[in-house]
Amino acid sequence: MSEAVADSRPQRPVQFYFQGRVQQVQQPEPTRTVLQFLREDCHATGTKEGCAEGDCGACTVVVGELKQHADGQQQLQLRAINSCVQFLPTLDGKALFSVEDVAGVAITGDAVDKAHFNVGKAPVLHPIQQAMVEQHASQCGFCTPGFVMSLWAMYENNAECPDSEKITEYLSGNLCRCTGYRPIIDAAKAAYNLPRQALASQHIIEVLNGLHQQDSLAYSQQGQHFFAPKTLAELAQLRLQYPQARLLAGSTDIGLWVTKLGRALGDIIYLGAVDALKTIEQTESYLHIGAMASLTDAFAALTSLHKGWAELARRFASRPIQNAGTLGGNVANGSPIGDSMPALIALNASLLLQRGAVVRELPLDEFYLDYQKTALASGEFVQAIRVPTPSATTGRHLFDTYKIAKRNEQDISAVCAAFSVYLDSQNRVLAVRIAYGGVAGIPKRAMHAEQALLGQLWDEQAIQRAQQALPDDFSPLSDGRASREYRERVAASLLQRFYLNSVSSVQQPTRLDDLIATLDISHDAGVW
Amino acid sequence: MNNSLEQAQHLNSSVNNSFIGKSIPHESAHLHVSGKATYIDDSMELAGTLHAALGLSTCAHGRIKALDLSRVYAAPGVRDVLLAKDIPQHNNCGPIIADEPIIADDLISFYGQVIFAVVADSYQQARAAARLAQVAYEVFEPVLTIQQAIQAESWVLPPVELSRGEAAEKLAAAPYRLQGTASVGGQEHFYLEGQVSYAYPREDNTLHILCSTQHPTEMQHLIGHALGYRAHQISVEARRMGGGFGGKESQSAQWACIAALLAVKTGKPVKLRLDRDDDMVATGKRHGFDYEWDVGFDATGRILGLHVQLASNCGFSADLSGPVNDRAICHIDNGYYLDAVSIRSLRCKTNTVSNTAFRGFGGPQGMFPIEYIVEDIAYALELDPLEVRLLNFYDDTHNTTHYGTTITDNVLPALVTELAESCNYRARRTAIAQFNASSPIIKKGLALTPVKFGISFNATLYNQAGALIHVYSDGTVLVNHGGTEMGQGLYSKIRQIVAHEFSIALADVRFSATDTSRVPNTSATAASSGTDLNGKAAQAACITIRTRLAIFASELANVDIAGVRFQDGHVYAGEKAWTFAELVLLAYQSRIQLWDSGFYKTPDIHWNPAIRYGRPFYYFAYGAAATEVAIDTLTGESRVLRTDILHDVGQSINPAIDIGQIEGGFIQGMGWLTSEELYWIQTGSKAGHLFTHAPSTYKIPTAADMPAVFNVQLYKNQNVEDTIHRSKAVGEPPFMLALSVFSALRDAVAASAGTELLTAQGLKQKAALQAPATPENILRAIAAARQQPFKPRP
Repeated sequence: MSEAVADSRPQRPVQFYFQGRVQQVQQPEPTRTVLQFLREDCHATGTKEGCAEGDCGACTVVVGELKQHADGQQQLQLRAINSCVQFLPTLDGKALFSVEDVAGVAITGDAVDKAHFNVGKAPVLHPIQQAMVEQHASQCGFCTPGFVMSLWAMYENNAECPDSEKITEYLSGNLCRCTGYRPIIDAAKAAYNLPRQALASQHIIEVLNGLHQQDSLAYSQQGQHFFAPKTLAELAQLRLQYPQARLLAGSTDIGLWVTKLGRALGDIIYLGAVDALKTIEQTESYLHIGAMASLTDAFAALTSLHKGWAELARRFASRPIQNAGTLGGNVANGSPIGDSMPALIALNASLLLQRGAVVRELPLDEFYLDYQKTALASGEFVQAIRVPTPSATTGRHLFDTYKIAKRNEQDISAVCAAFSVYLDSQNRVLAVRIAYGGVAGIPKRAMHAEQALLGQLWDEQAIQRAQQALPDDFSPLSDGRASREYRERVAASLLQRFYLNSVSSVQQPTRLDDLIATLDISHDAGVW
Repeated sequence: MNNSLEQAQHLNSSVNNSFIGKSIPHESAHLHVSGKATYIDDSMELAGTLHAALGLSTCAHGRIKALDLSRVYAAPGVRDVLLAKDIPQHNNCGPIIADEPIIADDLISFYGQVIFAVVADSYQQARAAARLAQVAYEVFEPVLTIQQAIQAESWVLPPVELSRGEAAEKLAAAPYRLQGTASVGGQEHFYLEGQVSYAYPREDNTLHILCSTQHPTEMQHLIGHALGYRAHQISVEARRMGGGFGGKESQSAQWACIAALLAVKTGKPVKLRLDRDDDMVATGKRHGFDYEWDVGFDATGRILGLHVQLASNCGFSADLSGPVNDRAICHIDNGYYLDAVSIRSLRCKTNTVSNTAFRGFGGPQGMFPIEYIVEDIAYALELDPLEVRLLNFYDDTHNTTHYGTTITDNVLPALVTELAESCNYRARRTAIAQFNASSPIIKKGLALTPVKFGISFNATLYNQAGALIHVYSDGTVLVNHGGTEMGQGLYSKIRQIVAHEFSIALADVRFSATDTSRVPNTSATAASSGTDLNGKAAQAACITIRTRLAIFASELANVDIAGVRFQDGHVYAGEKAWTFAELVLLAYQSRIQLWDSGFYKTPDIHWNPAIRYGRPFYYFAYGAAATEVAIDTLTGESRVLRTDILHDVGQSINPAIDIGQIEGGFIQGMGWLTSEELYWIQTGSKAGHLFTHAPSTYKIPTAADMPAVFNVQLYKNQNVEDTIHRSKAVGEPPFMLALSVFSALRDAVAASAGTELLTAQGLKQKAALQAPATPENILRAIAAARQQPFKPRP
C-alpha cells in the first residue's frame, strides 16, 4: 500500500455508540480527547476534568467492547477508563457511556430521546446513584460522576456485591477529597439492596456488530494520519510504510504527552483495533500475552500463573488505567519506573518483535539498552510477551514481586522488585533472577546480587551477601519520590523480605497486607 | 390585634417541624450523582467566549531580563495578551497586605509565578500559545526553606511573641526538662475542581463574574482595585465549588482578577480555568512549620513551663499568613493548660508560592508540637501518653488560655474518658506491646489524641453575615445568603433551618447562587463558621417574614399571635387553617411584604490583635480519636488498622453531614501527616520548582487508605452558647483528629528502637519522626532510633 493509496481510501468517520445511537465524527483531530469531545462538543458536562492525566478519576467513563465468550456468545464488556487521556478516534467501533447515560441504561433506542425530555419530573436514578444519594456519598460532588461510573462498571460486571477489598480496587482510580470514602463504599454495597437495573445490552451488541463490519479506520487531518489497522498484516505493512509514526496502545502515557506537555505526536498508528494482539494463551512451556492485552487481563493471567504477581497487580496504577493500559505498552515504553518489567525480567520473559512478516524473539532483559532506548528496530513492533511456565523439574520455585511507593494504591514506584529463585532439595540456589525498577535508568537485573546467591545455601547469610553486592548493581538517583539512600536501603530490605516470606517457619507477619488480611474490616458511622 | 413587628417577634408564633437533627441528603446530591450539578466550567458559554492560559516563570528568584512574546501572539487562535503594564490600577491580589502582584512585572519571587496571560478562541489554543514565550532571567539565589529564611532573617511579617507567666523561671526550676525540634510539611488543597473564573463585561462599565471562590466579596474588591472599578460595578456569583478547603478563600483572587482584566481588555467573555499542574504550582498551600521547644515538667508529667518557637513557611508574600500564624499561636495549648508559656512566632519569607488558608488555618500546626511534647514527656517518665494528656487537660481551676479566654464549655476530660473506654484503649495497649515483643518486622502503635478548636474568625469584624429570603406568592421560598457551598453542606443545613422556620417542605425551599449583588459585604465562608453565621442570618430573615404572616393570620382569625401555629405546611389560627401557600397568597393580596433580610453578628467576642489577648472564639469544638497503626520496619510503609472517633458537634442539625465532615476531615488530615509530601527541587536550574505538581507525584489518600476499622460517633452535647439550634461548627475541627495517626506512627517507630537514646539528664528520648510520615521518613526515624546511619536527604 503506497502512501497515495492510503490517502485515497475513503475517509469514513469515526463511529461509535453513544447516547442511544451511532455517533459519527468526521475526521476529528487525532489527539482530541474523549473528555474534550464530551464536554466541549456534546456539552455532556457531567464528566469532569480533575487532572487531565488519568490520576484522579473525575473524568471516568465506561467503554463497551464486543468480546467473544468461550461458548461463542458475544458479550458487551464494560470497563471504566479515564476519558481525559483517551483520544477520540480510538473509540471507533466501541460504545461510550458517560454519567448522563447511567440513569437510563435500562431504556434503549427511541425511549432514550423521550427520557431526555423528562422535564420537571423527579429524575430517575440508577441504583448506584440512588444509593450514593441515600448514603450521603457526595459532598462537593465534583468527583462523584467518576465514582458513579467506576461503580457502575463494577455493578455491571458483578451480579453479586463484591467484598470491601474488591470494591476498593474498583475505586482505586478515583480520588475524593471530601468524604473520606466510607459512605461511597457503603453506597456501593447499598446499591445491591435496590432492585437490580442492568444494562439492556443486546441492542448495543447488534450496533457494535454492525460497526465491526467496516473497514479499518484511516484518515488524515491537517496532514496528520491516524490509522487503526484491524489485522496484524495490515499493521505490519503500515509500520513499514510509516516507521516514524507513533504507535499508540492504551494511551495512559502518550495521552499525557499531549495533555500535559503539549507535544505533537505526528502520524499515529493505533494498535487497539488489532484483535490478534489481544490474545492470551497458556501453552505448555509459556504464557503468551498479546501486546495489546489490557493490564487487567494480563495481570489476571499472570497471577493465575504465579501468585507472586498479586501485590504488583493490586498496586500497579489504578483499575481504569489497567483497563486502558496494555502490557505491551508498559514494556515497549521502557520507562525506568515501569512496574511490569522487573517481574517479567525475573521470570525470564521474552518479546516477540515483528517487522513486516519477520518475527524474532528477544529476551526482555536484552531489550532495554539505555534510558528510554530499546532494541526495537525501525519498522518493528512488539507483538507479544512470552512468560516461561515455571519448571517443576528445576526445583522448588520461589517468586515474588514488591512495589514500594508513598501511597498504597496508584502511585509510581520508588522501588519495584521481583525475585525468582529455584532451590534444590538441599536448599541450595539452583537458579536466580533478580530485577529492580526505580534504581537505574532502565529496569535491570541485579547480576552481582544474583552471583552472590547462586549455588549458595538459601539462608540469611547468603541474603546478607547478596544485599552487600547490590551497590555494585545499582546507583539510584534522588528525586521527590525518594532519596538515593532510601532506594538503596529498601532495595536491600526487599531481598530480606523475600527471604523471610519464603521461610515458612516465621510465624510473625512480614507484610502489612498479611496483617490487614487478618482484620475484620468494618465501618461504623454512628447511630443517627 | 395591633402588635408591632418587634413585639410580635418576641411573642413569636410556634413552629412544629422535624427537619432539625435529621440526616437529610445534600441538597444537590441528586444532581451530583447524575452529572447535572453545574460547576463554572459546565455552564453554557456565551457566544464569543475566549479562553485564557497562563505564562509561568521558570525561575524561583530573579528579574525578567527579556520577555519575547512574538510567538505567543502569532499562535493560532490567539486574541490578546495581558501583562502587568496592562493593569489599569492596582497590580495586587494580596488580601491584607498589598504585596502580591497579579502579574509579575519585573521581580520574580517564585518558580511558577504568573508573568503573562494569553487569551485564545479555545482552551487548547491558549495553553499551546502560553508555552511559546521566551523569557530570559537574571537569576538570584533563592531562599527555599524555613531554615534558610531564619538564617537570612527573611520575614513576610516581623517576629512576634506571646507569653503568660514566667516560662524561663518555671523551666529553670522544673525537675525535668526536654528540648526538641520537629517539623511538619505543608499540604496541597487538591480540591477536585481547579481554580476557575468566568468574567463577562456588561453595559456601562460593569462586570459579572462566575468564580469558584469561598469569598465573593473579596473577589469583588480586588477585581475593582485592579480595574479601577467601584464595588457596585462588579457582581460575583458562586453557586458551588468542587471543593475549597481554604484554597479558594484568597487564592481565587488572582484568577478572578486576570479573567476580569482580560474580559474588560478584550470586551469579550473570558474564562480562565487552571490546568491542574498550573494550579498546584501557582496557588498557595498549607504552611509547613519547623518547631523548637524547651519544656519543663514534674514527675507526674504535669507541664510546668514551656518555650516554643513556631516558624512557618509563608512563601513570598503575606497573604493570610498573619492570621494563620495567630491561630497557630492560639492553638499551641490544644486541650492543655499551660501555666507558664512563651511562644515565638516566625513568619518566614521564602521564594516559594505564597501559603494560605487550609482547613484548620494554623490550628493543626499549632497543636502538632504540643502533642509531640506530651508524648516525649510520657516516654521520658515511662507513663502512658493518655495519662499525661488527662493530667494536663484544662479543668475547673485551670481554665484560662494563654491568650486570656476563660473556657466555659470544656468537655475534653469526659469525652476522652468515654472514648478511651469505648475503644478499649488500655487493653489494646497491652495487646500491642505483646504483639511488638514477638514481631520483629511489623510493629504496631496506638495513640489517642484530643482536639479543642476555637470557633470564630480571630478578627472580630468578619463574624457577621446576611441573608435575603423571598417568599413568592405561591408559597415557595428562595434563599440567598452570604455563605458559599463547597460541599460542606451549608446550603443543605440552611434549607433545613428555613424549612423549619416556616414549617414547610424541604422541596419548597430553593437557593439562588451566592451573589454579591444580592447579599453584600459578605465574609469568607471559612473558619468553620458558615452555618453559625449564615444560618442565624437566614433564621432572622425567616422570623421577620413569619412574624408578619403570623400577625396577618391572627388578624384574619381574630386570635392572639401566640395562638398562630405553623405546622407541616399549614398555618393554624383559632378556628382557621390555611396551607402555607394559601396564607402567603392572601398576604400578598393584602399587600404584606413577603421577603426580607436577616443579619447576624456573633455576640460577646473581642480580640486585641496588638497584644493577642481577649476572647476571639465564641466557643470551642472538641473531639478525640484513637488510632492504631502498623509499620513495616523493612520499608517504612504504614497502614492504619483502626480509628475510633468521638466528636462534639453540639446538637447536630444534620448528623449525616456532620459525620461526613468528621470522616472527610480526618482522612484529609491523615493525608497531610502521611502520604502528602510537597517536594521542591532544591538545587540546579530547576531550584524552587515544585516536583510534586500533579496527582501522579502528590498522593492524597485513596479508598484503600481508610482505616480498616473505622468507628465514628457524635458526642452527646449541646452548645452552651446560643448558636443556631445549639449546634457547633464542624468544618475544621475534625481535621486535627488525624494527629492520632501521626502519634500512633511515632509510637510504632519507638517500638522499633533498639537501645534507648538518653538525654543529658538521663531521660529516655522518644524517637523523632518528621511529618509527613512517608515510608522514607518512617524508615529514617527507625534508623535513627536504632542508631544506624542513614545519610540526610539532599
